[in-house]
Amino acid sequence: MKIDFEQVTVPVPTPETAHFWSGCVAGELRLQQCDDCSRVYFPPRPFCPDCGQRAVSILCGSGKARLLSYVINHRPHPAFDGPYAIAVVELEEGVTMMANILNVPQTPEALILDMPLKVAFRPIRQGIVLPYFEPDGADL
Amino acid sequence: MSAAKVAIVGAAETTALGRIPQMSQIQLHADAALNALADAGLTLKDIDGVATAGESPTAVAHYLGIAPNWVDGTAVGGCSFMLHVRHAVAAIESGLCQCVLITHGESGRSNVGRAGWASSPGSLSGQFESPFGGMGPTTLFTLPVLRFLKDTGTTLEQLASVAVIQRQWAALNPRATLKEPTSVEAVLEDRMIAYPFTKSQCCLVTDGGGALILVAAERAKDFPQSPVYILGSGESTETPMISQMQDLTRSRAFQMAGARAFETAGIQHSDVDHLMIYDAFAHLPLYGLEDLGFCGRGEAGAFIASGQTAPGGILPLNTNGGGLSYMHSGMYGMYALQESVRQVRGTAAAKVAGVEISVCHGVGGMFGASGTVVMSASKVR
Repeated sequence: MKIDFEQVTVPVPTPETAHFWSGCVAGELRLQQCDDCSRVYFPPRPFCPDCGQRAVSILCGSGKARLLSYVINHRPHPAFDGPYAIAVVELEEGVTMMANILNVPQTPEALILDMPLKVAFRPIRQGIVLPYFEPDGADL
Repeated sequence: MSAAKVAIVGAAETTALGRIPQMSQIQLHADAALNALADAGLTLKDIDGVATAGESPTAVAHYLGIAPNWVDGTAVGGCSFMLHVRHAVAAIESGLCQCVLITHGESGRSNVGRAGWASSPGSLSGQFESPFGGMGPTTLFTLPVLRFLKDTGTTLEQLASVAVIQRQWAALNPRATLKEPTSVEAVLEDRMIAYPFTKSQCCLVTDGGGALILVAAERAKDFPQSPVYILGSGESTETPMISQMQDLTRSRAFQMAGARAFETAGIQHSDVDHLMIYDAFAHLPLYGLEDLGFCGRGEAGAFIASGQTAPGGILPLNTNGGGLSYMHSGMYGMYALQESVRQVRGTAAAKVAGVEISVCHGVGGMFGASGTVVMSASKVR
């Protein structure tokens, strides 16, 4: 699978999410953790969605994840050169996020649920770097 | 024992369903509303409450020339109309208004006078989901299912059987879009849309509308049709982002709305004669049967595949053919409600004998919201 980064929808950071996107540029997967109840959460917001506490800190995720679920889209999309998987991964820290899975055939035979993954940052454009994932141990 | 305070006394869909390029979206609302008024023997002057989604209640009330005492513009996707029913019950019961019109109209296929919907690139879904190539419900609503299949031991064949069984119901319904019998093999071999979903496991894209009229239960016998009493209801929301579901194999919103509906209606699962579960895709009846408690964990696939929800089965489900075979304009909840009304009235095309209790369960967004309505042929139960 090839991704045409010119055709990828570009996220527009907000004040609440800017740390996440600057983290991607720095090669860090920045999550947030409640100072009070220690809950790790995503997507970003300046308070804990569990207890409402505003005192929260940035936590750099390990980048390790597992493949939770996915579909393989067969309809044409300008950013992808053929059928491509849209996945939800679960990070080691327990939060989930959407991603594409790089460096692996986009087939049910190759994409096995629960397979170990690691984050793979790719610059797209307008200063945005996206967090993708790839099999842990894949050739870079 | 529970006693209904409010009843549905008027219910109708648009005159045509399917492809209606000669009508704008707002006119689909109006066409359905006028049909529902005729069904109830009422005129526009009798309506003092308006609820709708997709268009604003301001626009619908103005278009129809209604000066409302109460409006509800709750818009949480395709189950918005279930929530409107619930809110209308509360409004009528507390005296905010007396006669509520709930409308739906959607030019889903022809796109005449229809506003588009896309996430802003600065929204959370715009930032954290859109870059990865999701193309609307076919690729996002479907995303949890592989996890569901693995964790529950449900098979692809059982998932495909949902479409097969619903086609059996559609075959009994002259207004259904697709009526030709199909098979598990044919469903699995159909064109792949988003693995593991083939075209047959994705909803139709059609034009249409529907409307409901509700009044206090004590007035309900004064209307031409048999009243359909609202015995109980529930609603909830979970997340606007599929990637942020608490558990990809369960809908928290389904569980909360369903439990509340059963509790307020004072019914058990064994009391339910007829069931509608909003089926934008084939996995939704599986989630619905398990999250509402009709089936245990991992049992819904076998329950459907073995014919329990088919014509002649013990739990008739999606008897109009559902979003997969009847019609799906985008916000299908209104059509599920219409079929529940028809079954309780005894006027459905694929009539289930002796329906006393119908449960109508809707989803909004992509597992984002949910509404459940319990309808009854009797005021007191």
